[in-house]
Amino acid sequence: MPELNLTSAPAHLRHGSNIGQPLTRRDGILKVKGQATYAADNHPPGMLFAVMAVASISRGRVTALDVAAAKRHPGVVDVMTPDHKPQLAIDPEIKTNPFVFRMEVLQSNEVRYANQPIAVVIAETLEAATEGAVLLAPRYETLPALVGLDAGESFVPPVVGVGNPTENHRGDVEAGLASADKQIDATYETPPQYHNAMEPHAIVAAWDGDSVQIDMPTQGLMLSLARVAELFGIAHDKIHIRSPFLGGGFGSKGLMAGPPVLGLMAAKLVGKPVKLVLRREQMYGPVGHRAPTRQRLRIGADGEGRLTALNHHARTVSSTFDDFYEPAADASHTLYAAPAIRTSHDAVRVNTGTPLFMRAPGEATGSIALESAIDEMAWACGIDPLAFRLQNYAEVEPITGKPFSSKALRACYEQGAARFGWAKRPLQPRQMRDDAGLLVGWGMGTATFPALMFQAEARAVLRGDGSGAMEIGAHDMGQGAWTALAQIAADELGLDIDRVEFKAGTSDLPDAGIAGGSAHTATAGAAIHSAGAAVIAKLADLATGDERSPLFGAGNAGVIARDGRLIRRDDQSRSESYPEILARAGVAEVEARGTGAPNPAAMEEYAMHAHGAVFAEVKVDPELGQVRVMRMVGAFAAGRIVNPRMVQSQLFGGMIWGMSFALHEEAITDRRSGRIMNANLGEYHIPVNADVPSLDVITVEEHDPHVNALGIKGVGEIGITGSAGAVANAVWHATGVRVRRFPIRIEDLLTPL
Amino acid sequence: MKQFDYVKPGTVAEAVAAAAQPGAVYLAAGTNLLDLMKGGVSRPDRLVDVTHLGGLDQIEHLADGSVRIGALVSNADLAHDADFAKAYPAVAEALLSGASAQLRNAATVGGNLLQRTRCAYFYDTASRCNKREAGSGCDAREGENRSHAVLGWSENCIATHPSDFCVPLVAFDAVVEIEGRNGRREIALDELHRLPGAAPERESALEPGDLIVAVRLPPAARGFAAHARYLKVRERTSYAFAVVSAAAALRIENGRIGEARLALGGVAAKPWRARAAEDVLRNVAPTADAFQEAAWRALTDAKPSGDNAFKIELARRIVVRALTLAAAGTPARIPALPASSFASTSGAIHA
Repeated sequence: MPELNLTSAPAHLRHGSNIGQPLTRRDGILKVKGQATYAADNHPPGMLFAVMAVASISRGRVTALDVAAAKRHPGVVDVMTPDHKPQLAIDPEIKTNPFVFRMEVLQSNEVRYANQPIAVVIAETLEAATEGAVLLAPRYETLPALVGLDAGESFVPPVVGVGNPTENHRGDVEAGLASADKQIDATYETPPQYHNAMEPHAIVAAWDGDSVQIDMPTQGLMLSLARVAELFGIAHDKIHIRSPFLGGGFGSKGLMAGPPVLGLMAAKLVGKPVKLVLRREQMYGPVGHRAPTRQRLRIGADGEGRLTALNHHARTVSSTFDDFYEPAADASHTLYAAPAIRTSHDAVRVNTGTPLFMRAPGEATGSIALESAIDEMAWACGIDPLAFRLQNYAEVEPITGKPFSSKALRACYEQGAARFGWAKRPLQPRQMRDDAGLLVGWGMGTATFPALMFQAEARAVLRGDGSGAMEIGAHDMGQGAWTALAQIAADELGLDIDRVEFKAGTSDLPDAGIAGGSAHTATAGAAIHSAGAAVIAKLADLATGDERSPLFGAGNAGVIARDGRLIRRDDQSRSESYPEILARAGVAEVEARGTGAPNPAAMEEYAMHAHGAVFAEVKVDPELGQVRVMRMVGAFAAGRIVNPRMVQSQLFGGMIWGMSFALHEEAITDRRSGRIMNANLGEYHIPVNADVPSLDVITVEEHDPHVNALGIKGVGEIGITGSAGAVANAVWHATGVRVRRFPIRIEDLLTPL
Repeated sequence: MKQFDYVKPGTVAEAVAAAAQPGAVYLAAGTNLLDLMKGGVSRPDRLVDVTHLGGLDQIEHLADGSVRIGALVSNADLAHDADFAKAYPAVAEALLSGASAQLRNAATVGGNLLQRTRCAYFYDTASRCNKREAGSGCDAREGENRSHAVLGWSENCIATHPSDFCVPLVAFDAVVEIEGRNGRREIALDELHRLPGAAPERESALEPGDLIVAVRLPPAARGFAAHARYLKVRERTSYAFAVVSAAAALRIENGRIGEARLALGGVAAKPWRARAAEDVLRNVAPTADAFQEAAWRALTDAKPSGDNAFKIELARRIVVRALTLAAAGTPARIPALPASSFASTSGAIHA
C-alpha cells in the first residue's frame, strides 16, 4: 500500500469535533492532485498488459480464433483461450453461496451474451495487446438472439432481489379494486441501464508462488477475497487485496465479476504481474446492469381519495444462465396505506449478461412507476399530489403492519414543500409558462430505501503516545468513507481526528462487510463504535482499578472518553490522559475488537426505512418537446447524519441519477442482435452540468433508537427514488402528456400544435 | 492498436504528397479520428499530422468583405473571435452548441467539416455498414434508427452528418479551399459532402491527398448579421449531437425579407440547404404564416428511414422557430446556452 496522507490540509475544514460535522474529504487533496492511487495506477516491475477479446454475437459459440496471428504481432506474449488457460480449483458455474454469480472465464466456447469475454491477449504493451485481440478475428456459429421483455415464455422466479419473495400480499386487492370509486390501470416501462462508474473495472494481479497481490476496485473486499480463494484453491491468508479508492461502484463492483478473474488467470499463465482494464464498451456485458422492466399498476381509491387497493406487477429479464430479478414491485410495500396490497413479478430469459444490483435495485425502477401511478390517481381524484400522499400516509408499514423504527416523512413533505413553494402549484396541468412561453410543471415523488445492516468487525488501538488507531477493511467508493468512518472512530476513541490513524481499504484488515445496500456507514460505523467502546473499557479498567489513578473506583461505566482523556462522569474535574494511564500500567498500548451486526429482534419488531420527499420543476418547449429540469428540492430523513457535506453530495448524486432515469438513461439494444448500440459515454446519455441548474437538499432531523447503535440509516441510494417520479410527474404537469415509457423522449412530447 | 506510420510534414505540399498514398489519413486534433482508430472503425496505415503546418490557423477578414478561416483554427478560437462572432453570429452560436468546451478547444475547422457520421452501426464493427465497408449492407436500415436521416438517404445508407458548424456555413454559401496533387482549387461547401446514393463509402468530393486549408464566407454572408440564429434540439442541454437543428438568417429591408437563408442539420448525410424554403420567403413579410410555408417547403421531400417520422415534424417546427428567432433579431450577445430552446432561461451559466 502506498503511503496515504489523509490528514488535514490547510483548507481542511473543522468545526469542533466529529460526528455531525461537515468535514471536507480527507482524501480530497490527494485526488485533486492526482496522487490517489487507483487500482490501474499500480505498475509492479515486469508487469504485462492483458486485453479481453469479447464476443460480437449474443448467442452461439466461437468456432475459430486466429491465435497464431495474434501471437505473431510484435509484443504479444500469450493468448489465453478456453484451450489454453490455468485450471481453476472449482467450476465457476457452481454457485457456492447466494452471493456468487456465474461468470465467463473461458470455461467453454459458448457465447451467452454480447461483449462476453472469449479470449485474453497478454502483451508487453497495451497497444500490442489491443491489436492482438483484434487479430484474433473470431468466427462464430450464431443462434437467434433472445432480446427484450417479450423474448420468450415468462416464468415466475423463485425469489427476486436478494431472497425477497416473488409475491406478497395483504388484504384482498380484487375486492379493494371492485369497491373503488376511481381506478388506475397503467403500464410503465423502464429500459436497461448500466452502472457506468467513471473508473472501469480493473485489476493488477501479481502472483508469487501461490500467494497473490491484487489491486482491484471492490465494494466487498472479503467477499472478493473468498471468491478468489475458492476459484484458485488457495488459503485466505495467501491473498492480499488493495482497494483504497474506487472511482464509483454503484453495485457493479460488489461481487467478483469475470474480468478480474481473467486478470488473475492471465497473470498465473504468464508468470508475471498483469494488468487488465476494461474498455468502456466492455462494461456493457460482464459486470452487471439494471434490467429493463414493464410494470403494471392497478390502484383503487374511494370517493375521498383514500386508497382501497394497490396491485403492482413487474416483468423483468434475467440472463439465460443465472438469476437476478429486479425486485421492482417491492417498491409498493412500504409507502402508501392501502388496505389491500399485492405485488408480484415474472420474468423472461434473454441473451444478456446477468443483471445485478444497480444503485437502488428495484427501488429505483419500482419508484418511478409507483410515483407516476400515485400521481395519476391523485389527478383522477382531483386532489393535489402532496395532499393525496398525506391522506394515504402509512402510519405502519402497509405490507407487514409493523410500526416504523422511525419515520420523519411528514417533516420531509412539509420542509421540502415549503422550500420549493409547492403550495402555489395549480392542480391542472399545462397551466404555467415562463416569460419566454416555455411550459412549466411541478411534480413530486416520495423517496424510500430500507435501513439495512450487514456484518462487520473493527479493531481499535490506544497507544502510549496519545494516538489511536482504528482498523477496518472499509471501502471508499467516492462516498466519503475515509472521512465519515474516521469521524466515528475519533468520537468513539475520544480523540481528535488527527490523532487517529484510520486504516481501511485492504483485505488484511478486519472485515467491514460489503459497501452496498446503503448500509456501509451504519455497518462499519457500528463495528467501529463497538471496537472503540471496547478499547476504552479496557483502558478504563487500567485506570479505575488502580488506586493511584484519580479515576480509581469509578467503574468502567463511570468514565467518559474525550479529548484524549478519561473523565469521571460524576466529577469532571477528575480525569487522566491516555498516556498517563498506559505509562503507569506499563503497557505500550491497548487494543480491542468490536463487531457490527443487524439486530434480529429489532428487525422483527420494526420496519426500518429512510424516507424523503422530492420536488421538481421542469420546463418544456411546447413545440419542440425538449425538457430541462430547472430545480429540484429533496428533503430526506435518514437517521443520524455523520457528515452533512458527504451526505449532501450523496443525495445530490442520487437526485441527478433520478433525473437521468426519467429523461436520459437508456441502453439501446439492437432488437435483432442483442448488441448494445450506445455503449459509450458520448451516446449513453446521463445529465451534464448544464442539465442540473439547481439542486437543494434538506436533511430532516430524525432520531432512530432501533436501527443500530449509532442511529444511522444510510443515504447512498435513496436519492434516486422519488426523484425520477418527481421529474416524470413534473413533465406531465407541464404538458398534460403522461409518458409511461422511460426515459421520456422528445417525440413523446411533440403534441399536435 | 494497429501499428501505423506517423508523418509530420513541414509544408502543405509535403503533406499532400504524404497523404496521397493509399491508407494515409490526415490527423488534425483527432477528436473524431482517434476514437475511430481506438474502436477499430478506422485503421489507417499512415497518419499525416498537419497540426504544425504554418499559416493555417488565421482568421483573415479580407478586403472584399469575405472572411477566410484557416483549417487549423480551433472551434473555440473561431467562436470566441469577437469580430467573427459579430459578423457571423449564427456560425458562432452553432460552434458553441457543439460538443463540450474541451472538445471545442481542440477540434479544428477542417476537422469539423470532415467528421464522420455518428450512426451507431458505423461505429460498431460487428455490424454491416456500407460506409465503413463498401457493399457490406446497412444494419441501420432495419435497426435502431430513431436518429437517422429523413432527407437524401438511400437504401444503402441512412446516416446523418453530425456537424453543427456546417449548417450555418452551408446556408451562407461557404467555400472550401483545397490543396491537392494538382494544386489549389475551391468548391462550395454544399458540394463537399455527398449524399449516399449507391456509394455511401464516398462521403466527400475530396480526392486522395486533398487537404482542406481554409473555409471562406463570401461578402454577402455579412448581410445577415442582424437576423441570424442557430437552433438545435438535443437530448440533453449540452454535449449531445442534434436530433434536428436549423440555421436561419434573414436580410430584412423595410419590413420585408430581402433574402432568407435556411439550412438543416441532423437530417441528412450532409448539411441540408433548404433553397425551396428560401425562395418562398423572398420579398415577403416575416410572418408566422410565411415561416410555416417555408417549413413545409423545406421538408417536402422528407420521408422516414425508420422509427424517425417524428424528426420530420420536429424539423418543421424547428424551421419555424429558427426563422421566428432570426426575425426577432440577433441577440446582443450569444446566449449562455447557445442554440438551445432554453437560451432565454434566466440563470443559465453554462456555455
